Amino acid sequence: MKPIRKQRLGLILLMLAGVALAVTFALKAFNENLMYFFSTTDVAEGKAPENSLFRLGGMVVKGSVKRPGDGMTVHFKLTDYNKEVNVEYTGILPDLFREGQGIVAKGRLNKRGVFVAEEVLAKHDENYMPPEVADSLKKQHDAPTRMEK
Amino acid sequence: MSIIPAPVSRFFHRMASPPIFYAFVDKLIPWLSLIFIGLTGAGLYLGLFVAPADYQQGDSYRIIYIHVPAAWMSLFIYVLMAICGGIALIWRMKLAEVMMVSSAPIGAGFTFIALVTGSLWGKPMWGTWWVWDARLTSELILLFLYLGAISLYGAIEDRRTASRAVAILVIVGVVNIPIIHYSVQWWNTLHQGPTVAKAGKPSIHISMLIPLLLMATAFKFHYAIAVLQAAKVEILKREQNTQWVKKLIEENA
Repeated sequence: MKPIRKQRLGLILLMLAGVALAVTFALKAFNENLMYFFSTTDVAEGKAPENSLFRLGGMVVKGSVKRPGDGMTVHFKLTDYNKEVNVEYTGILPDLFREGQGIVAKGRLNKRGVFVAEEVLAKHDENYMPPEVADSLKKQHDAPTRMEK
Repeated sequence: MSIIPAPVSRFFHRMASPPIFYAFVDKLIPWLSLIFIGLTGAGLYLGLFVAPADYQQGDSYRIIYIHVPAAWMSLFIYVLMAICGGIALIWRMKLAEVMMVSSAPIGAGFTFIALVTGSLWGKPMWGTWWVWDARLTSELILLFLYLGAISLYGAIEDRRTASRAVAILVIVGVVNIPIIHYSVQWWNTLHQGPTVAKAGKPSIHISMLIPLLLMATAFKFHYAIAVLQAAKVEILKREQNTQWVKKLIEENA
């Protein structure tokens, strides 16, 4: 390689390293803001903001979905298999909402520590399989699928 | 140069010459088209008719046969552009400039397809068209990088100066590529984690994976055809005052 070309290569690598470093620092600084949702452990440990809107993500605990009264209100528990949080929601749920499914809810904590959701989004996991395979997997072990971060 | 075998190195040196490259590409495109049609036909048939429905999403998941290959292409083309940009800056090679600027509109197209198909899938599955999570936002930034490269090239009159400016922009933007790929692992996102491109076994049933890989390969061939066609046009524009282009026009007149 001729010296001039070596010098150009050096400059390009230097530029790339500089930009990468700057972006890394910027992303580190805004790390909290880049999280789309808080986990239930964050909320249970009081890391989530009080009296303001935030998003909470977790798996719907099996057997926890209850509809008190005949309205649109739903009560359920969310978990990250560490801590659980009670959630209350009034409205239409997305198609993929079911027990054992990952969801992301937007809302705020009330005084009793219940998360009052204004919006519920279903979070799809990365697994794709035909129904028959899902059934046989279910028979083998009735464990819920892990929620991917 | 010693690590590269002499015939390969000779091939690349010959290809750096626009008239030889032009003639070679002309012969190559029909073959690429044939492979592309075969792969797309097989991929779409297996994906839309043979592959079973998903246990949770039913038939809606079939959009991955367009969405995922398009998203992969959006990253692949950008990395390729950055490599061409590096070659263009270091060796001042004309053909690398041509490949880089010809790729930009195609990459922008694939990024746009990935964003739109994802949005169409997101509405019924997630319950929303769009969220500002790390994956979706970084992919949108990629679209703006492509559009930036296209407009920067159009804004500067001299093609060689313009190419150098675009190369720098593209190389700076390449830091976004790992961010897009790892966004679903570094941060909590609504977008799901990687299914295929990860350590260990893919989390997709083999009957669904095969059409996906066929489509991904078909998209690569589509890109090859599109970029070579665009490169031919770009070469003709750049070399319009040379002897070989004049001869070519006379032959085809």
